Amino acid sequence: MTNAFFFSGRELTDEEILKPLDLHHFTVRPGLSETPQCQRCGNTTNFSSHPCARCGKICTYCRNCIEMGKISSCTKLYRWNGPEPAHSEKAGRLNWSGTLSAGQHTASENVLRAIQNGSEHTVWAVAGAGKTEVLFKGMAAALSGGKRVCLAAPRADVVRELAPRLSAVFPDTPPPALYGGSPDRHVYSPLIVSTTHQLFRFTEAFDVMIVDEVDAFPYTFDLSLQYAVQKARKKKSALIYLTATPEPSWKEDIKSGKREATLIPARYHRHPLPVPKMSWCGNWKKTIVPDPVQKWVKEKQKALLFYPHIETMEKALSRLKEVDERIESVHAGDPLRKEKVEAMRRGSIPVLLTTTILERGVTFPGVDVAVVGAEDRVFTESALVQIAGRAGRSAACPTGDVVLFHYGKTEAMVRAVEQIKQMNRLGRDRGLLDG
Amino acid sequence: MSRCLLCENSTEIDSWRAFFGAKPPPLCEACLSTLKKISGPSCKICARPMEKEAVCPDCLAWRKSTFVTNASLYHYNDAMQALIARFKYRGDYALADIFAQDIRTAAQKAACDLVCAVPLAPSRLAERRFNQSEALIERAGLTGMPLLARKESDKQSKKSRKERVGSRQTFYPIGDAAGKSVLLIDDIYTTGATIRLAADALEEAGAHSVKSITVARSGS
Repeated sequence: MTNAFFFSGRELTDEEILKPLDLHHFTVRPGLSETPQCQRCGNTTNFSSHPCARCGKICTYCRNCIEMGKISSCTKLYRWNGPEPAHSEKAGRLNWSGTLSAGQHTASENVLRAIQNGSEHTVWAVAGAGKTEVLFKGMAAALSGGKRVCLAAPRADVVRELAPRLSAVFPDTPPPALYGGSPDRHVYSPLIVSTTHQLFRFTEAFDVMIVDEVDAFPYTFDLSLQYAVQKARKKKSALIYLTATPEPSWKEDIKSGKREATLIPARYHRHPLPVPKMSWCGNWKKTIVPDPVQKWVKEKQKALLFYPHIETMEKALSRLKEVDERIESVHAGDPLRKEKVEAMRRGSIPVLLTTTILERGVTFPGVDVAVVGAEDRVFTESALVQIAGRAGRSAACPTGDVVLFHYGKTEAMVRAVEQIKQMNRLGRDRGLLDG
Repeated sequence: MSRCLLCENSTEIDSWRAFFGAKPPPLCEACLSTLKKISGPSCKICARPMEKEAVCPDCLAWRKSTFVTNASLYHYNDAMQALIARFKYRGDYALADIFAQDIRTAAQKAACDLVCAVPLAPSRLAERRFNQSEALIERAGLTGMPLLARKESDKQSKKSRKERVGSRQTFYPIGDAAGKSVLLIDDIYTTGATIRLAADALEEAGAHSVKSITVARSGS
């Protein structure tokens, strides 16, 4: 860590800072405030304490962010207050020759304006609209203007997917990907892609903060991640949110104009979103693979089949292996998760059974989608909209079959279908769809 | 609201049970189910799980000492490994509560005169901020006696394998245990080397017998 620039924007504990160190250029503050509040993660409720061998007192510590290194009453946080590194003149050079759809173009201009004004803007873009491209122009302008940009997402797999894409687009500023255990942790760059979690280690670092999949678990649920985003951005900075399925409260704020937003109701390839069909399948908890599901699977060359729980999914797998033994299943804790998703992409798995982990962030060209037990409470309105959004994403295969197999319709199912239809209507009204 | 110490989910119990003095459990059912209690036949000395009750080859090979028996609560599986890493290396002291009840029960069964922590070397203690062994004793509501201390030594990771197996004594007595039985409490029992060295130092302090309780038993 010879490069002092590494510290720029970061706020680290005494244990993370390598010693001996010239403390001239550092501002030091206690890791816990008097209240107490953890100054790294914002936690005010989850603490414990013990006699501390380091300070000799009864020391309180934060249990919320302890996996990132312990913050106790006797921990100090160090923040670089020296000059900010100058960026290469070419930092914002954009290596991208694609064209934006009309919907993308509007959003792109609004993002650019928000970035230039240091204001807040939300892009509500349907699954497959091409959200990332909407950012390029604004990011390029920011980087050329010497600004520091962060693209954050709640989930590490999204971070790992975004970083190489941005490296190709900004070849002079390839962003490090920051997530737990990532190899890129120790570098400085004007552009970074990070999990919201890793932002705990930054304070007032970024002129432009972009949060992708802002409605995704655990971001909406974990207040400390929202705290991390606010802490990591400069007091005067732009804040861009991206979502395909905003929370109900966000939708209201967008409608009432409280939240400035651009809606992209159609996909870049100008085909409508596939509308889910509902199909009653009886008590699937008993039958595991109901007849209509079995029939559906047999007809498909490439499909995702969602189950609400691992147990029923594994039972279904052993039955469906009799249909085709290449059929596989995947869930969050699966040690072969990455490999199976990769095999699905290559086409060597015809049907992949999955829990909601594959509801977002993945693209399998030409895939059909079905949900078994769509009435289960894990399938919220936004989960179902995201799941339906896996179908027909590529320009080569812009249509797809989406079926919700259920044992009783729910409000969430009805609203998900309504939301998709409404987007298609809007897309048509605005001339964003062909045919 | 009471929450699971590992996953933060609610562990609230019925209010009528709380009224009668019941306390919410430290872990939710899902997290608790990842930990596997040791049961069934085991080595009579070190509690290693075995096909039938006997003395395991390791214990047969150890020289005679004041060390009598070890009791371990849980298997050292992946979940336990993660838990102990968070407790000891990350320093999440509160996790000692998970084992408080079990340790209290096992300590009663061991029926020793004194309880003693396995000490850490001063530099290691400063680095970790607390001694995991003392934390387990404290949270179990037991009173540990300061009978032992530990000298600075090279990090285990810097030693060769041969040096590790033949670990030299780093414990020394600082208290009086004359004619007493002593119970050591620690997080993991692996080869038994640490416990036996501590027992040797306790013998110097006058102890006539030493038992141990550990949260986990690693090794097959």
